[in-house]
Amino acid sequence: MPRPHGNILINRRTSKSVDLQEIPEFKVSTTTAEDVINIANGVFSPLTGFLCYNDLDAVVHHKRLTNDIPWTIPILLDLNLNGLKEGDTILLTNEETGLHATLDIEEIYRYDKHLLAREIYGTTDLEHPGVNQIFNMKDSFIGGPITLIETKPREFDEYHLTPIETRILFKEKGWKEIVAFQTRNPPHLGHEYVQKTALTFTDGIFINPIIGKKKTGDFKDEVILKSYETLIKHYYLKERAVLAILRTSMKYAGPREAIHHAIMRKNFGCTHFIVGRDHAGVGNYYGPYDAHEIFKEFPDLGIIPIFFRSFSWCKKCNGVVNEKTCPHSEEDHIQFSGKNIRKLLQEGKRPPENMMRKEVADTILQFEKPFVE
Amino acid sequence: MSDKKTDDKKYTTISIPTPLAEKIKKRIEGTGFHSLSSYVTYVLREVLSGMEEEEEEAFTKEDEEKVKERLRALGYLD
Repeated sequence: MPRPHGNILINRRTSKSVDLQEIPEFKVSTTTAEDVINIANGVFSPLTGFLCYNDLDAVVHHKRLTNDIPWTIPILLDLNLNGLKEGDTILLTNEETGLHATLDIEEIYRYDKHLLAREIYGTTDLEHPGVNQIFNMKDSFIGGPITLIETKPREFDEYHLTPIETRILFKEKGWKEIVAFQTRNPPHLGHEYVQKTALTFTDGIFINPIIGKKKTGDFKDEVILKSYETLIKHYYLKERAVLAILRTSMKYAGPREAIHHAIMRKNFGCTHFIVGRDHAGVGNYYGPYDAHEIFKEFPDLGIIPIFFRSFSWCKKCNGVVNEKTCPHSEEDHIQFSGKNIRKLLQEGKRPPENMMRKEVADTILQFEKPFVE
Repeated sequence: MSDKKTDDKKYTTISIPTPLAEKIKKRIEGTGFHSLSSYVTYVLREVLSGMEEEEEEAFTKEDEEKVKERLRALGYLD
């Protein structure tokens, strides 16, 4: 099993009682609360808190922390300062997650948002959701370590595993090589093909959908989970597949986010990570294989990327193919189009079986409203 | 509050034999490496990452038992 990123699996949870009487409380968004929880549980190891200036600057310019450890997505906290100063301790709370966590303010600083957007997202276009989010942040950032005191039970907790839990699970299963698959959608046949191709050369697959904030028209979280359960039940060996969620927000940072996704899965104990076409992309901001190219910059990442290009159904081969496996022309190929599959499902129709398993399609169609409205 | 200027990462100079440097320059022609330094940095990072020491277990036996109990309750372990 790979070492955690930075060689240390962070645990910033405390079971000790903390006197919160005198500590000023700051309510944070669910996205920020999930960042805190991910830091505390080690998903973002080796981070122990929100980035300070020097680390942010190193991430922006070099895609690394100041200690040279690869890190590509800034984990930032912005708050209304209200007289806060460096050295203060504050309480971060959030209703949806039940978050209660302390933050020791190490540094309060400003950062050029244009530079941040341009380097992280490759654009300063406000139409880009990540850029838009940066420009909606407050002008001052707060860096420093957090300590998680408590959270409350949430929907889908039964699918939520921490890195310590997955590491123990993989060890118990006897898996040495584990491939992670990141997703935001129910599986079509192309996804299954990618997963099973990677699984052929490893001991197990960790299917790890991102759950949380969604856009209108996205599949609902419960639809994604149920459809994967159905696929695993009918078409996978139970002892070779693990399904667990990851609660974090999508940044749509394309190549940089692909590295971030790989780092998180390394912390879960995975040795390999599947990177598809336009990974974590949005609109036309990134080239379809930019997220493959960026891995060349990180010989010390500590998780092996497995790159896949596009897949289609070949009418002549009568199976799923890619550009390396099929000699037939494009006319014989039917592309796995998420858009087309979605359209059929929206009309209450089952997509053809050369697109999606009928059991999976039927699971989705059992939901009266499978999409976010 | 810090209102710092963006500064570039600090670098240091390392000496290597000139013939080796010349060999490397030839080796990286036409590759994605734009300088001798970027190539040497890449190679050293690769070498060092392979030499990192094994981690100590991040969890105690007691933690492990508790985790296994949860994993069994959730159906992840038999």
